[in-house]
Amino acid sequence: MEEILTIQNLTIFILAIFVGFHVVWNVTPALHTPLMSVTNAISGIVIVGAILQVVEIDGKIFSLSSLLGAVAIFLASINIFGGFMVTQRMLDMFKKKKNNK
Amino acid sequence: MITLTLYLVASVLIILALRGLSSPVSSRQGNYFGMIGMAVAVLTTLLINHSYVYLLISISILFGASIGLVVAKKVEMTKMPELVALMHSFVGLAAMLIAFASIFNFDNEHSTVQRVELFLGSFIGAITFTASLVAFGKLSGKFASKTIVFRGQHVLNLILFISMVFFGATYFINESTTAFLLMNVFALVLGITLIVPIGGADMPVVVSMLNSYSGWAAAGIGFTLNNSVLIIAGACVGSSGAILSYIMCKSMNRSIISVLLGGFGSEANEAQHSDSDKNHKTGSPTDVAYLMTSSESIIIIPGYGLAVARAQHALQELTNKLVDMGIKVRYAIHPVAGRMPGHMNVLLAEADVPYDQVFEMDDINNDFTETDLVFVIGANDVVNPAAKIPGSSIYGMPILEAQKAKTIIVNKRTMGVGYAGLDNDLFYDNKTMMLLGDAKESVEELIKAVDDL
Repeated sequence: MEEILTIQNLTIFILAIFVGFHVVWNVTPALHTPLMSVTNAISGIVIVGAILQVVEIDGKIFSLSSLLGAVAIFLASINIFGGFMVTQRMLDMFKKKKNNK
Repeated sequence: MITLTLYLVASVLIILALRGLSSPVSSRQGNYFGMIGMAVAVLTTLLINHSYVYLLISISILFGASIGLVVAKKVEMTKMPELVALMHSFVGLAAMLIAFASIFNFDNEHSTVQRVELFLGSFIGAITFTASLVAFGKLSGKFASKTIVFRGQHVLNLILFISMVFFGATYFINESTTAFLLMNVFALVLGITLIVPIGGADMPVVVSMLNSYSGWAAAGIGFTLNNSVLIIAGACVGSSGAILSYIMCKSMNRSIISVLLGGFGSEANEAQHSDSDKNHKTGSPTDVAYLMTSSESIIIIPGYGLAVARAQHALQELTNKLVDMGIKVRYAIHPVAGRMPGHMNVLLAEADVPYDQVFEMDDINNDFTETDLVFVIGANDVVNPAAKIPGSSIYGMPILEAQKAKTIIVNKRTMGVGYAGLDNDLFYDNKTMMLLGDAKESVEELIKAVDDL
């Protein structure tokens, strides 16, 4: 059972790499900096893994696990909110020009 | 079942966010898709469980969100490389902490496969964390961006790596928490020693590479937790960073191996050009203004020196005046202009330069022969004809063919050398006129001179 799960994960992983390669090769070089900041935000997806750690253990709210998880949530949130917002700011600069023309 | 479906939706939205960046027009919509995708992923995760400590979760998100939003609003565009590097380190640290949290939760049983995955996720996270911090420090000038090369550094790295793997293997065999901790300590140190020798000129590659690492770290954690959205998002970020590193390396004609080994550009600050018999012409702003206004086509080559002097806005004002006179003005961007991929494009966009005036190297390089005047401002190595001479340290690097234009104006603070520590023969060309001085002041004087003509 576990072997199947691992192979499934590996399948998803490898297919996602291919998708990523194709999508990113099509990104226009002018937008490579926004690409980096949006991938910053996207890698904030580790927040999902962090949330899963912040659980009650034996009825206790505070444990080493939940606190470490909370710090990870904090860090990931900075990335998610900061990353998407700064990307938006940059993309708006590229938009302004269009309207001026 | 519902969880998995929602994770699928989130993954698709995240991929669409990247896809949107294929053009400035679709990019903002893409960014919204990304935000929605992230929200779906987080809300879905909150729905799965049972016994979350919601108080801790919400406080952490609230604090993180407010800091993130404030920083995103305030950060200057010249500081984007630093911000991006810092954010990579956050992902790395978060990945490492998640691995620890999972290990310290003794309710969790880790199978043999999961132990390998925990090892991978957490050591990549740890290396990303410290390596990005060093990159951040170098970019922000907190410590010397010079390459620090010391004897035996590769041996040291190898020893650190072997020790890390040894403790990882120990953890794998007996699930010793101590071994896992030690493994991470070695990974943290390795992150520092790997990046310290790499010089400032290679920072665009390093930042891209750490971008990639942060994605792999996220994917590694996804494997441990059997979480599809983490694996997919992590893999996309990982391949994105890998592509950017490749493009950056190609633009500098450097192999990723030689970047990682470090040492490039170390002599940049000490090198002096010794050929005192070479003559260069200097011109006054009035001379340059006259040459510019009597041209039909101009290509501007901006470099990072422009951004350092904060001359973008003045430059755009000058461009607008020239365009109003019916002169065809275009910007040519070298892929490594700036301190990260695409950095110069953002800096110009911030200064309201229309993006259809801005051209990538491959699209404009054939046009230099028919161009009356090239204005090189704050750039050096990316127009150095030495790249065509075998044996030169930048030999093979693709350059903007400024020397093919009829007239070349170069604005620089001094006659000093660039990042690569090389003298630039373009400056001594008969067709070249040097406009020495601070970029911003020079451009402002040019604007005045153009007005007075």
